[in-house]
Amino acid sequence: MAMDYQALRKKANDIRIGIIKSVYSAGSGHPGGSLSAADILTVLYFKEMNIDPENPRMPGRDKFVLSKGHASPGIYSTLAERGFFPKEELLTFRKMGSKLQGHPDMKKVPGIEMSTGSLGQGFSAAVGMALANKLDKDPGRVYVLMGDGELQEGMVWEAFMSAAHFKLDNLTVIIDWNGLQIDGKNDDVMSVTPIDEKLKGFRWEVMTIDGHDLEEINYAFEKARECKGKPFAIIAKTVKGKGVSFMENESGWHGKAPNKEQFEQALAELEKLGGEL
Amino acid sequence: MAEKMATRQAYGSTLAALGAKDENIVVLDADLSGSTMTKVFAKEFPERFFNVGIAEQNLYGIATGMALSGKTVFASTFAIFAAGRAFEIIRNSIGYTRANVKICATHAGVTVGEDGGSHQAIEDMALMRTIPGMTVINPSDGVSAGKLIEKAAAMHGPVYVRLGRAAVPIVYDEETKFEIGKAVTLREGSDYTIIATGIMVNEALNAADVLEKQGLSIRVIDMHTIKPVDEETIAKAAKETKGIVTAEEHTVIGGLGSCVAEVLAKKHPAPVEFIGIQDVFGQSGKPDELMKAYNLTADDIVLAVERLKNR
Repeated sequence: MAMDYQALRKKANDIRIGIIKSVYSAGSGHPGGSLSAADILTVLYFKEMNIDPENPRMPGRDKFVLSKGHASPGIYSTLAERGFFPKEELLTFRKMGSKLQGHPDMKKVPGIEMSTGSLGQGFSAAVGMALANKLDKDPGRVYVLMGDGELQEGMVWEAFMSAAHFKLDNLTVIIDWNGLQIDGKNDDVMSVTPIDEKLKGFRWEVMTIDGHDLEEINYAFEKARECKGKPFAIIAKTVKGKGVSFMENESGWHGKAPNKEQFEQALAELEKLGGEL
Repeated sequence: MAEKMATRQAYGSTLAALGAKDENIVVLDADLSGSTMTKVFAKEFPERFFNVGIAEQNLYGIATGMALSGKTVFASTFAIFAAGRAFEIIRNSIGYTRANVKICATHAGVTVGEDGGSHQAIEDMALMRTIPGMTVINPSDGVSAGKLIEKAAAMHGPVYVRLGRAAVPIVYDEETKFEIGKAVTLREGSDYTIIATGIMVNEALNAADVLEKQGLSIRVIDMHTIKPVDEETIAKAAKETKGIVTAEEHTVIGGLGSCVAEVLAKKHPAPVEFIGIQDVFGQSGKPDELMKAYNLTADDIVLAVERLKNR
Protein backbone atom coordinates (compact mmCIF):
# COMPACT_ATOMS: atom_id res chain seq x y z
CA MET A 1 0.00 0.00 0.00
CA ALA A 2 1.43 3.33 -0.98
CA MET A 3 0.77 5.78 1.84
CA ASP A 4 2.82 8.77 2.86
CA TYR A 5 3.97 9.10 6.43
CA GLN A 6 1.34 11.68 7.28
CA ALA A 7 -1.38 9.25 6.16
CA LEU A 8 0.32 6.47 8.11
CA ARG A 9 0.36 8.61 11.25
CA LYS A 10 -3.33 9.21 10.81
CA LYS A 11 -3.85 5.47 10.36
CA ALA A 12 -1.90 4.69 13.53
CA ASN A 13 -4.13 7.11 15.39
CA ASP A 14 -7.24 5.44 13.97
CA ILE A 15 -5.88 2.09 15.11
CA ARG A 16 -5.44 3.53 18.61
CA ILE A 17 -9.03 4.76 18.58
CA GLY A 18 -10.17 1.24 17.64
CA ILE A 19 -8.12 -0.17 20.51
CA ILE A 20 -9.73 2.13 23.05
CA LYS A 21 -13.23 1.55 21.69
CA SER A 22 -12.91 -2.24 21.68
CA VAL A 23 -11.41 -2.46 25.16
CA TYR A 24 -14.02 -0.08 26.56
CA SER A 25 -16.79 -2.04 24.87
CA ALA A 26 -15.44 -5.32 26.28
CA GLY A 27 -14.93 -3.91 29.77
CA SER A 28 -11.59 -5.72 29.85
CA GLY A 29 -8.51 -6.36 27.70
CA HIS A 30 -5.02 -5.04 27.27
CA PRO A 31 -4.77 -1.43 26.09
CA GLY A 32 -1.22 -0.60 27.27
CA GLY A 33 0.73 -3.02 25.10
CA SER A 34 -1.66 -2.55 22.19
CA LEU A 35 -1.14 1.21 22.13
CA SER A 36 2.65 0.79 22.37
CA ALA A 37 2.59 -1.47 19.30
CA ALA A 38 0.21 0.58 17.13
CA ASP A 39 2.90 2.34 15.12
CA ILE A 40 4.77 -0.89 14.41
CA LEU A 41 1.53 -2.57 13.32
CA THR A 42 0.72 0.40 11.09
CA VAL A 43 3.97 0.19 9.16
CA LEU A 44 3.67 -3.59 8.86
CA TYR A 45 0.11 -3.64 7.56
CA PHE A 46 0.05 -0.43 5.52
CA LYS A 47 3.53 -0.37 4.06
CA GLU A 48 5.72 -3.39 4.64
CA MET A 49 3.80 -6.61 4.24
CA ASN A 50 2.58 -8.28 1.06
CA ILE A 51 -0.97 -9.21 2.10
CA ASP A 52 -4.45 -9.15 0.63
CA PRO A 53 -7.51 -8.62 2.84
CA GLU A 54 -9.65 -10.09 0.06
CA ASN A 55 -7.54 -13.24 0.09
CA PRO A 56 -6.16 -13.69 3.61
CA ARG A 57 -4.62 -17.09 2.73
CA MET A 58 -2.98 -15.83 -0.47
CA PRO A 59 -0.05 -18.11 -1.39
CA GLY A 60 3.34 -16.43 -1.09
CA ARG A 61 2.02 -13.78 1.29
CA ASP A 62 3.97 -12.33 4.17
CA LYS A 63 2.82 -13.52 7.59
CA PHE A 64 2.55 -11.73 10.88
CA VAL A 65 2.40 -13.49 14.23
CA LEU A 66 1.41 -11.57 17.34
CA SER A 67 3.41 -13.53 19.86
CA LYS A 68 2.35 -11.09 22.59
CA GLY A 69 -1.22 -12.26 22.00
CA HIS A 70 -2.67 -10.12 24.76
CA ALA A 71 -2.19 -7.13 22.44
CA SER A 72 -5.18 -8.50 20.53
CA PRO A 73 -6.98 -5.12 20.49
CA GLY A 74 -3.97 -3.81 18.56
CA ILE A 75 -4.03 -6.47 15.85
CA TYR A 76 -7.84 -6.54 15.64
CA SER A 77 -8.01 -2.79 15.16
CA THR A 78 -5.23 -2.98 12.56
CA LEU A 79 -6.90 -5.82 10.63
CA ALA A 80 -10.22 -3.95 10.69
CA GLU A 81 -8.55 -0.77 9.41
CA ARG A 82 -6.87 -2.82 6.68
CA GLY A 83 -10.22 -4.29 5.60
CA PHE A 84 -10.01 -7.86 6.86
CA PHE A 85 -13.36 -7.43 8.63
CA PRO A 86 -15.76 -4.54 9.37
CA LYS A 87 -14.65 -2.06 12.00
CA GLU A 88 -18.01 -2.38 13.80
CA GLU A 89 -16.98 -5.88 14.82
CA LEU A 90 -14.36 -4.37 17.13
CA LEU A 91 -17.22 -3.66 19.53
CA THR A 92 -17.85 -7.41 19.88
CA PHE A 93 -14.36 -7.93 21.33
CA ARG A 94 -14.34 -10.50 24.16
CA LYS A 95 -18.09 -11.02 23.95
CA MET A 96 -19.89 -14.38 23.68
CA GLY A 97 -19.95 -15.62 20.11
CA SER A 98 -17.50 -13.02 18.81
CA LYS A 99 -14.70 -14.00 16.48
CA LEU A 100 -12.60 -11.50 18.42
CA GLN A 101 -11.58 -13.69 21.35
CA GLY A 102 -9.65 -12.27 24.29
CA HIS A 103 -6.52 -13.63 22.65
CA PRO A 104 -6.35 -14.18 18.86
CA ASP A 105 -7.83 -17.38 17.46
CA MET A 106 -6.64 -18.09 13.91
CA LYS A 107 -9.61 -20.37 13.27
CA LYS A 108 -11.99 -17.45 13.76
CA VAL A 109 -10.32 -14.28 12.49
CA PRO A 110 -9.31 -13.70 8.87
CA GLY A 111 -5.73 -12.44 8.78
CA ILE A 112 -4.66 -14.07 12.03
CA GLU A 113 -1.93 -16.58 11.13
CA MET A 114 -1.46 -18.19 14.54
CA SER A 115 -3.48 -18.46 17.73
CA THR A 116 -1.48 -16.86 20.49
CA GLY A 117 -1.78 -15.68 24.04
CA SER A 118 0.43 -18.12 25.89
CA LEU A 119 3.70 -16.21 25.67
CA GLY A 120 6.60 -17.56 23.64
CA GLN A 121 4.52 -19.90 21.50
CA GLY A 122 3.77 -17.53 18.64
CA PHE A 123 7.46 -16.87 18.07
CA SER A 124 8.25 -20.56 17.98
CA ALA A 125 5.48 -21.22 15.46
CA ALA A 126 6.77 -18.31 13.37
CA VAL A 127 10.18 -20.00 13.27
CA GLY A 128 8.38 -23.04 11.86
CA MET A 129 6.62 -20.89 9.25
CA ALA A 130 9.90 -19.29 8.17
CA LEU A 131 11.53 -22.72 8.02
CA ALA A 132 8.68 -24.07 5.87
CA ASN A 133 9.03 -21.07 3.54
CA LYS A 134 12.74 -21.76 3.14
CA LEU A 135 12.02 -25.40 2.34
CA ASP A 136 9.36 -24.46 -0.19
CA LYS A 137 11.34 -21.52 -1.61
CA ASP A 138 8.30 -19.42 -0.76
CA PRO A 139 9.19 -15.71 -1.01
CA GLY A 140 6.90 -14.78 1.90
CA ARG A 141 8.54 -13.18 4.91
CA VAL A 142 7.52 -13.84 8.50
CA TYR A 143 7.18 -11.06 11.09
CA VAL A 144 6.75 -11.57 14.82
CA LEU A 145 5.84 -9.01 17.44
CA MET A 146 6.98 -9.91 20.92
CA GLY A 147 6.74 -8.24 24.27
CA ASP A 148 9.82 -7.40 26.30
CA GLY A 149 8.36 -9.23 29.29
CA GLU A 150 7.79 -12.19 26.97
CA LEU A 151 11.55 -12.57 26.73
CA GLN A 152 11.41 -13.99 30.25
CA GLU A 153 9.86 -17.19 28.87
CA GLY A 154 12.51 -19.88 28.45
CA MET A 155 10.97 -21.18 25.24
CA VAL A 156 11.75 -17.87 23.56
CA TRP A 157 15.48 -18.57 23.79
CA GLU A 158 15.05 -22.01 22.28
CA ALA A 159 13.37 -20.27 19.37
CA PHE A 160 16.03 -17.53 19.06
CA MET A 161 18.73 -20.22 19.00
CA SER A 162 16.97 -22.29 16.35
CA ALA A 163 16.16 -19.37 14.02
CA ALA A 164 19.84 -18.43 13.86
CA HIS A 165 20.88 -22.07 13.47
CA PHE A 166 18.53 -22.48 10.51
CA LYS A 167 19.74 -19.13 9.07
CA LEU A 168 16.20 -17.78 8.77
CA ASP A 169 16.85 -14.45 7.08
CA ASN A 170 13.17 -14.42 6.08
CA LEU A 171 12.23 -13.95 9.74
CA THR A 172 12.02 -10.58 11.50
CA VAL A 173 11.25 -10.20 15.18
CA ILE A 174 10.13 -6.88 16.58
CA ILE A 175 10.41 -6.51 20.33
CA ASP A 176 7.96 -4.00 21.74
CA TRP A 177 10.26 -2.70 24.44
CA ASN A 178 7.95 -0.64 26.60
CA GLY A 179 9.77 -1.65 29.77
CA LEU A 180 6.66 -2.63 31.72
CA GLN A 181 4.84 -5.83 32.53
CA ILE A 182 1.90 -6.77 34.74
CA ASP A 183 3.70 -6.52 38.06
CA GLY A 184 5.71 -3.41 37.21
CA LYS A 185 8.99 -2.58 35.49
CA ASN A 186 10.79 -5.41 33.67
CA ASP A 187 13.92 -4.36 35.50
CA ASP A 188 12.24 -4.84 38.88
CA VAL A 189 10.36 -8.04 38.06
CA MET A 190 13.05 -9.89 36.12
CA SER A 191 15.65 -8.03 34.15
CA VAL A 192 15.76 -8.79 30.45
CA THR A 193 18.53 -6.35 29.58
CA PRO A 194 20.85 -6.16 27.78
CA ILE A 195 18.55 -7.36 25.01
CA ASP A 196 20.76 -6.34 22.10
CA GLU A 197 23.84 -8.12 23.40
CA LYS A 198 21.86 -11.21 24.25
CA LEU A 199 20.43 -11.39 20.74
CA LYS A 200 23.81 -10.71 19.13
CA GLY A 201 25.14 -13.54 21.26
CA PHE A 202 22.41 -15.71 19.80
CA ARG A 203 23.75 -14.78 16.34
CA TRP A 204 20.92 -12.42 15.34
CA GLU A 205 21.33 -9.15 13.49
CA VAL A 206 20.03 -6.48 15.86
CA MET A 207 18.85 -2.90 15.40
CA THR A 208 17.43 -0.61 18.06
CA ILE A 209 14.94 2.04 17.00
CA ASP A 210 12.29 4.43 18.26
CA GLY A 211 9.18 2.27 17.99
CA HIS A 212 6.95 5.31 17.47
CA ASP A 213 8.92 6.83 14.59
CA LEU A 214 7.31 5.43 11.47
CA GLU A 215 10.25 6.28 9.24
CA GLU A 216 12.67 4.52 11.57
CA ILE A 217 10.39 1.50 11.74
CA ASN A 218 10.26 1.36 7.97
CA TYR A 219 14.03 1.78 7.71
CA ALA A 220 14.51 -1.17 10.07
CA PHE A 221 12.28 -3.35 7.88
CA GLU A 222 14.34 -2.36 4.84
CA LYS A 223 17.51 -3.39 6.67
CA ALA A 224 15.87 -6.66 7.69
CA ARG A 225 15.10 -7.47 4.07
CA GLU A 226 18.68 -6.73 3.05
CA CYS A 227 20.12 -8.94 5.81
CA LYS A 228 21.23 -12.33 4.45
CA GLY A 229 22.08 -15.51 6.28
CA LYS A 230 20.70 -14.60 9.67
CA PRO A 231 17.43 -13.51 11.27
CA PHE A 232 16.81 -9.89 12.14
CA ALA A 233 15.63 -8.44 15.45
CA ILE A 234 14.28 -4.94 15.85
CA ILE A 235 14.31 -3.64 19.39
CA ALA A 236 11.61 -0.99 19.27
CA LYS A 237 11.72 1.39 22.21
CA THR A 238 8.13 2.25 22.93
CA VAL A 239 5.88 3.84 25.52
CA LYS A 240 3.27 1.59 27.05
CA GLY A 241 -0.14 3.21 26.62
CA LYS A 242 1.24 5.57 23.92
CA GLY A 243 -1.24 8.20 22.77
CA VAL A 244 -3.45 8.32 25.86
CA SER A 245 -1.90 10.65 28.43
CA PHE A 246 -3.03 8.90 31.59
CA MET A 247 -2.13 5.42 30.28
CA GLU A 248 1.40 6.28 29.19
CA ASN A 249 4.13 4.48 31.13
CA GLU A 250 1.67 3.08 33.65
CA SER A 251 1.90 -0.70 34.17
CA GLY A 252 -1.58 -0.51 35.70
CA TRP A 253 -2.94 -0.10 32.14
CA HIS A 254 -1.44 -3.41 31.01
CA GLY A 255 -4.71 -5.28 31.32
CA LYS A 256 -7.51 -2.95 32.36
CA ALA A 257 -10.40 -1.25 30.58
CA PRO A 258 -11.12 2.46 31.04
CA ASN A 259 -14.31 3.54 32.81
CA LYS A 260 -16.75 5.84 31.01
CA GLU A 261 -15.02 9.03 32.03
CA GLN A 262 -11.58 7.68 31.17
CA PHE A 263 -12.88 6.35 27.87
CA GLU A 264 -14.28 9.74 26.91
CA GLN A 265 -11.04 11.46 27.82
CA ALA A 266 -8.94 8.92 25.90
CA LEU A 267 -11.15 9.25 22.85
CA ALA A 268 -11.09 13.04 23.03
CA GLU A 269 -7.29 13.05 23.22
CA LEU A 270 -6.91 10.70 20.26
CA GLU A 271 -9.53 12.49 18.18
CA LYS A 272 -7.84 15.80 18.86
CA LEU A 273 -4.53 14.31 17.80
CA GLY A 274 -6.16 12.86 14.69
CA GLY A 275 -7.60 16.23 13.83
CA GLU A 276 -4.18 17.83 14.04
CA LEU A 277 -2.63 15.24 11.70
CA MET B 1 8.84 -67.84 20.43
CA ALA B 2 7.09 -65.08 18.49
CA GLU B 3 9.08 -62.62 16.45
CA LYS B 4 9.81 -59.39 18.32
CA MET B 5 10.05 -55.77 17.30
CA ALA B 6 9.90 -52.44 19.14
CA THR B 7 7.05 -50.19 17.99
CA ARG B 8 9.58 -47.36 17.59
CA GLN B 9 11.42 -49.55 15.09
CA ALA B 10 8.25 -49.87 13.04
CA TYR B 11 7.84 -46.09 13.30
CA GLY B 12 11.30 -45.51 11.82
CA SER B 13 10.77 -47.71 8.78
CA THR B 14 7.17 -46.58 8.21
CA LEU B 15 8.20 -42.93 8.34
CA ALA B 16 10.91 -43.47 5.74
CA ALA B 17 8.42 -45.28 3.49
CA LEU B 18 5.87 -42.47 3.92
CA GLY B 19 8.58 -39.91 3.19
CA ALA B 20 9.32 -41.58 -0.14
CA LYS B 21 5.65 -41.42 -1.13
CA ASP B 22 4.81 -37.95 0.15
CA GLU B 23 7.17 -35.03 -0.29
CA ASN B 24 5.01 -32.93 1.97
CA ILE B 25 6.10 -34.88 5.05
CA VAL B 26 8.73 -33.27 7.27
CA VAL B 27 10.22 -34.76 10.42
CA LEU B 28 11.44 -32.98 13.51
CA ASP B 29 13.37 -34.36 16.45
CA ALA B 30 15.00 -33.00 19.58
CA ASP B 31 18.40 -34.69 19.70
CA LEU B 32 16.99 -38.19 20.09
CA SER B 33 16.76 -39.28 16.46
CA GLY B 34 18.89 -42.36 17.11
CA SER B 35 16.46 -43.50 19.79
CA THR B 36 13.12 -42.36 18.36
CA MET B 37 14.25 -43.89 15.03
CA THR B 38 13.56 -40.74 13.04
CA LYS B 39 17.20 -41.22 11.99
CA VAL B 40 15.98 -43.61 9.29
CA PHE B 41 14.00 -40.79 7.65
CA ALA B 42 16.82 -38.31 8.33
CA LYS B 43 19.29 -40.47 6.43
CA GLU B 44 17.05 -40.77 3.39
CA PHE B 45 15.59 -37.28 3.34
CA PRO B 46 18.07 -34.98 5.10
CA GLU B 47 16.55 -31.85 3.52
CA ARG B 48 13.20 -32.63 5.16
CA PHE B 49 14.57 -33.52 8.58
CA PHE B 50 15.15 -30.87 11.24
CA ASN B 51 16.91 -31.46 14.52
CA VAL B 52 15.96 -28.64 16.89
CA GLY B 53 18.33 -29.70 19.64
CA ILE B 54 17.34 -30.39 23.22
CA ALA B 55 14.35 -28.05 23.21
CA GLU B 56 11.02 -29.84 23.29
CA GLN B 57 8.86 -26.73 23.66
CA ASN B 58 10.37 -25.24 20.52
CA LEU B 59 10.13 -28.66 18.84
CA TYR B 60 6.35 -28.54 19.03
CA GLY B 61 6.25 -24.80 18.36
CA ILE B 62 8.20 -25.17 15.12
CA ALA B 63 6.11 -28.24 14.27
CA THR B 64 3.00 -26.06 14.58
CA GLY B 65 4.36 -23.35 12.29
CA MET B 66 5.38 -25.86 9.63
CA ALA B 67 2.02 -27.62 9.83
CA LEU B 68 0.16 -24.31 9.51
CA SER B 69 2.28 -23.72 6.40
CA GLY B 70 0.84 -26.88 4.86
CA LYS B 71 3.33 -29.54 5.89
CA THR B 72 2.46 -32.91 7.39
CA VAL B 73 4.75 -32.82 10.40
CA PHE B 74 6.02 -35.76 12.42
CA ALA B 75 7.69 -34.49 15.60
CA SER B 76 9.32 -36.94 17.93
CA THR B 77 10.98 -37.13 21.30
CA PHE B 78 10.50 -39.31 24.36
CA ALA B 79 6.93 -39.45 25.67
CA ILE B 80 7.90 -37.85 28.98
CA PHE B 81 9.22 -34.74 27.19
CA ALA B 82 6.46 -34.61 24.57
CA ALA B 83 3.33 -35.10 26.64
CA GLY B 84 4.98 -33.88 29.84
CA ARG B 85 7.37 -31.01 29.26
CA ALA B 86 5.69 -29.69 26.12
CA PHE B 87 2.11 -30.27 27.25
CA GLU B 88 0.98 -26.68 27.16
CA ILE B 89 2.58 -26.05 23.77
CA ILE B 90 0.81 -29.14 22.42
CA ARG B 91 -2.45 -27.88 23.92
CA ASN B 92 -2.28 -24.24 22.89
CA SER B 93 -0.21 -24.32 19.69
CA ILE B 94 -1.10 -27.69 18.17
CA GLY B 95 -4.47 -28.52 19.73
CA TYR B 96 -6.08 -25.08 19.71
CA THR B 97 -5.15 -24.48 16.06
CA ARG B 98 -5.84 -28.13 15.02
CA ALA B 99 -2.41 -28.20 13.43
CA ASN B 100 -1.52 -31.23 11.35
CA VAL B 101 1.19 -32.50 13.68
CA LYS B 102 1.80 -36.16 14.47
CA ILE B 103 3.36 -36.35 17.90
CA CYS B 104 5.11 -39.70 17.75
CA ALA B 105 6.43 -40.15 21.25
CA THR B 106 8.71 -43.06 21.98
CA HIS B 107 10.04 -44.59 25.20
CA ALA B 108 6.62 -44.56 26.84
CA GLY B 109 5.83 -46.58 29.94
CA VAL B 110 7.99 -48.45 32.43
CA THR B 111 9.51 -50.67 29.73
CA VAL B 112 11.90 -47.78 29.08
CA GLY B 113 13.75 -49.81 31.69
CA GLU B 114 17.10 -48.81 33.14
CA ASP B 115 16.71 -45.03 32.67
CA GLY B 116 14.31 -45.12 35.60
CA GLY B 117 11.26 -43.28 36.86
CA SER B 118 12.25 -39.83 35.60
CA HIS B 119 12.11 -41.10 32.02
CA GLN B 120 9.14 -43.43 32.19
CA ALA B 121 6.04 -41.58 30.99
CA ILE B 122 3.09 -43.26 32.66
CA GLU B 123 0.58 -40.42 32.31
CA ASP B 124 0.98 -39.35 28.69
CA MET B 125 -2.25 -40.83 27.32
CA ALA B 126 -4.24 -39.29 30.17
CA LEU B 127 -2.75 -35.88 29.42
CA MET B 128 -3.14 -36.09 25.66
CA ARG B 129 -6.73 -37.25 25.67
CA THR B 130 -7.83 -34.14 27.56
CA ILE B 131 -6.97 -31.96 24.55
CA PRO B 132 -10.03 -31.31 22.34
CA GLY B 133 -9.57 -32.77 18.86
CA MET B 134 -6.49 -34.80 19.74
CA THR B 135 -6.45 -38.38 18.46
CA VAL B 136 -4.55 -40.74 20.77
CA ILE B 137 -3.14 -44.01 19.44
CA ASN B 138 -1.26 -46.71 21.36
CA PRO B 139 -0.21 -49.55 19.05
CA SER B 140 0.43 -53.02 20.43
CA ASP B 141 3.13 -54.30 18.10
CA GLY B 142 5.30 -53.49 15.12
CA VAL B 143 2.67 -54.37 12.53
CA SER B 144 -0.14 -52.30 14.02
CA ALA B 145 2.25 -49.43 14.76
CA GLY B 146 3.25 -49.19 11.10
CA LYS B 147 -0.31 -49.40 9.83
CA LEU B 148 -1.77 -46.97 12.35
CA ILE B 149 0.99 -44.45 11.68
CA GLU B 150 0.11 -44.64 7.98
CA LYS B 151 -3.51 -43.90 8.93
CA ALA B 152 -2.39 -41.01 11.14
CA ALA B 153 -0.40 -39.53 8.26
CA ALA B 154 -3.42 -39.80 5.99
CA MET B 155 -5.78 -37.91 8.31
CA HIS B 156 -5.63 -34.16 8.89
CA GLY B 157 -5.20 -32.93 12.43
CA PRO B 158 -3.21 -33.59 15.56
CA VAL B 159 -2.42 -37.16 16.57
CA TYR B 160 -0.49 -38.49 19.53
CA VAL B 161 1.10 -41.90 18.87
CA ARG B 162 2.52 -43.74 21.88
CA LEU B 163 5.51 -45.90 21.07
CA GLY B 164 7.77 -48.13 23.12
CA ARG B 165 11.46 -48.72 23.48
CA ALA B 166 11.50 -52.45 24.14
CA ALA B 167 11.14 -55.17 21.53
CA VAL B 168 7.74 -56.81 21.97
CA PRO B 169 6.17 -59.85 20.28
CA ILE B 170 4.42 -59.39 16.95
CA VAL B 171 0.69 -59.93 17.49
CA TYR B 172 -0.70 -59.31 14.01
CA ASP B 173 -0.06 -60.62 10.55
CA GLU B 174 0.59 -58.14 7.77
CA GLU B 175 -2.87 -58.62 6.28
CA THR B 176 -4.74 -57.20 9.28
CA LYS B 177 -6.60 -53.99 8.54
CA PHE B 178 -6.70 -51.17 11.07
CA GLU B 179 -8.94 -48.17 11.43
CA ILE B 180 -8.35 -45.32 13.85
CA GLY B 181 -11.09 -45.41 16.49
CA LYS B 182 -12.11 -48.99 15.76
CA ALA B 183 -10.90 -51.60 18.24
CA VAL B 184 -9.74 -55.00 17.08
CA THR B 185 -11.41 -57.99 18.69
CA LEU B 186 -8.55 -60.47 18.64
CA ARG B 187 -10.46 -63.28 20.27
CA GLU B 188 -14.17 -63.79 20.76
CA GLY B 189 -15.39 -64.95 24.16
CA SER B 190 -18.52 -65.00 26.27
CA ASP B 191 -17.45 -65.15 29.95
CA TYR B 192 -15.11 -62.20 30.48
CA THR B 193 -13.44 -59.52 28.38
CA ILE B 194 -9.90 -58.22 28.53
CA ILE B 195 -9.54 -54.80 26.93
CA ALA B 196 -5.85 -54.06 26.50
CA THR B 197 -3.84 -51.34 24.84
CA GLY B 198 -0.24 -51.11 23.64
CA ILE B 199 2.18 -53.77 24.70
CA MET B 200 -0.39 -55.15 27.16
CA VAL B 201 -2.31 -56.72 24.27
CA ASN B 202 0.22 -59.53 24.07
CA GLU B 203 -0.07 -60.09 27.85
CA ALA B 204 -3.85 -60.19 27.45
CA LEU B 205 -3.59 -62.91 24.79
CA ASN B 206 -1.31 -64.95 27.03
CA ALA B 207 -3.70 -64.49 29.95
CA ALA B 208 -6.61 -65.62 27.75
CA ASP B 209 -4.68 -68.82 26.89
CA VAL B 210 -4.31 -69.62 30.60
CA LEU B 211 -7.93 -68.79 31.41
CA GLU B 212 -9.27 -70.84 28.52
CA LYS B 213 -7.40 -73.86 29.86
CA GLN B 214 -9.42 -73.28 33.01
CA GLY B 215 -12.57 -73.53 30.93
CA LEU B 216 -13.36 -69.84 30.61
CA SER B 217 -14.32 -68.15 27.34
CA ILE B 218 -12.34 -64.90 27.14
CA ARG B 219 -12.82 -62.03 24.73
CA VAL B 220 -9.65 -60.04 23.97
CA ILE B 221 -9.89 -56.56 22.55
CA ASP B 222 -7.01 -54.38 21.34
CA MET B 223 -8.03 -50.79 22.08
CA HIS B 224 -5.28 -49.25 19.96
CA THR B 225 -7.13 -45.93 19.80
CA ILE B 226 -7.65 -44.32 23.19
CA LYS B 227 -9.34 -41.31 21.63
CA PRO B 228 -11.80 -41.41 19.99
CA VAL B 229 -12.39 -44.59 21.98
CA ASP B 230 -14.53 -47.34 20.44
CA GLU B 231 -17.58 -46.98 22.70
CA GLU B 232 -19.65 -49.49 20.78
CA THR B 233 -17.17 -52.33 21.19
CA ILE B 234 -16.78 -51.56 24.91
CA ALA B 235 -20.55 -51.47 25.52
CA LYS B 236 -21.03 -54.67 23.50
CA ALA B 237 -18.42 -56.48 25.61
CA ALA B 238 -20.15 -55.30 28.77
CA LYS B 239 -23.48 -56.61 27.53
CA GLU B 240 -22.21 -59.94 26.25
CA THR B 241 -19.72 -60.90 28.99
CA LYS B 242 -19.79 -60.82 32.79
CA GLY B 243 -17.08 -58.30 33.44
CA ILE B 244 -14.08 -56.48 32.02
CA VAL B 245 -10.38 -56.28 32.84
CA THR B 246 -8.55 -53.31 31.39
CA ALA B 247 -4.80 -53.58 30.88
CA GLU B 248 -2.39 -50.73 30.14
CA GLU B 249 1.26 -49.89 30.71
CA HIS B 250 0.16 -46.52 32.05
CA THR B 251 -1.26 -45.10 35.24
CA VAL B 252 -4.79 -46.32 35.93
CA ILE B 253 -5.68 -42.66 36.48
CA GLY B 254 -6.98 -41.21 33.24
CA GLY B 255 -5.84 -43.85 30.77
CA LEU B 256 -7.55 -46.81 29.11
CA GLY B 257 -9.19 -48.02 32.32
CA SER B 258 -10.71 -44.61 32.91
CA CYS B 259 -11.92 -44.44 29.28
CA VAL B 260 -13.61 -47.81 29.61
CA ALA B 261 -15.17 -46.92 32.96
CA GLU B 262 -16.49 -43.64 31.54
CA VAL B 263 -18.12 -45.47 28.63
CA LEU B 264 -19.61 -48.16 30.87
CA ALA B 265 -20.98 -45.64 33.36
CA LYS B 266 -22.85 -43.99 30.49
CA LYS B 267 -23.86 -47.01 28.41
CA HIS B 268 -23.83 -50.27 30.32
CA PRO B 269 -22.52 -50.41 33.92
CA ALA B 270 -20.41 -53.52 34.50
CA PRO B 271 -17.70 -54.66 36.94
CA VAL B 272 -14.18 -53.64 35.90
CA GLU B 273 -10.74 -54.55 37.19
CA PHE B 274 -7.92 -52.18 36.32
CA ILE B 275 -4.47 -53.50 35.43
CA GLY B 276 -2.02 -50.64 35.18
CA ILE B 277 0.37 -48.58 37.23
CA GLN B 278 -1.27 -47.87 40.55
CA ASP B 279 -0.44 -44.20 41.20
CA VAL B 280 3.31 -44.66 41.68
CA PHE B 281 6.41 -43.67 39.74
CA GLY B 282 8.58 -46.18 37.90
CA GLN B 283 12.18 -47.14 38.66
CA SER B 284 15.27 -48.61 37.03
CA GLY B 285 15.27 -52.25 36.02
CA LYS B 286 14.93 -54.55 33.05
CA PRO B 287 11.64 -54.21 31.19
CA ASP B 288 10.42 -57.68 32.18
CA GLU B 289 11.42 -57.14 35.81
CA LEU B 290 9.47 -53.88 35.80
CA MET B 291 6.43 -55.48 34.21
CA LYS B 292 6.42 -57.95 37.10
CA ALA B 293 7.12 -55.29 39.73
CA TYR B 294 4.14 -53.20 38.60
CA ASN B 295 1.83 -56.18 38.13
CA LEU B 296 1.58 -55.80 34.38
CA THR B 297 1.94 -59.44 33.32
CA ALA B 298 -0.40 -62.08 31.92
CA ASP B 299 -0.44 -63.64 35.41
CA ASP B 300 -1.72 -60.39 36.87
CA ILE B 301 -4.49 -60.27 34.28
CA VAL B 302 -5.44 -63.86 35.18
CA LEU B 303 -5.67 -62.82 38.84
CA ALA B 304 -7.81 -59.85 37.87
CA VAL B 305 -10.27 -62.16 36.11
CA GLU B 306 -10.33 -64.28 39.29
CA ARG B 307 -11.25 -61.16 41.23
CA LEU B 308 -14.02 -60.43 38.75
CA LYS B 309 -15.40 -63.93 39.25
CA ASN B 310 -15.61 -63.30 42.99
CA ARG B 311 -17.38 -59.98 42.71
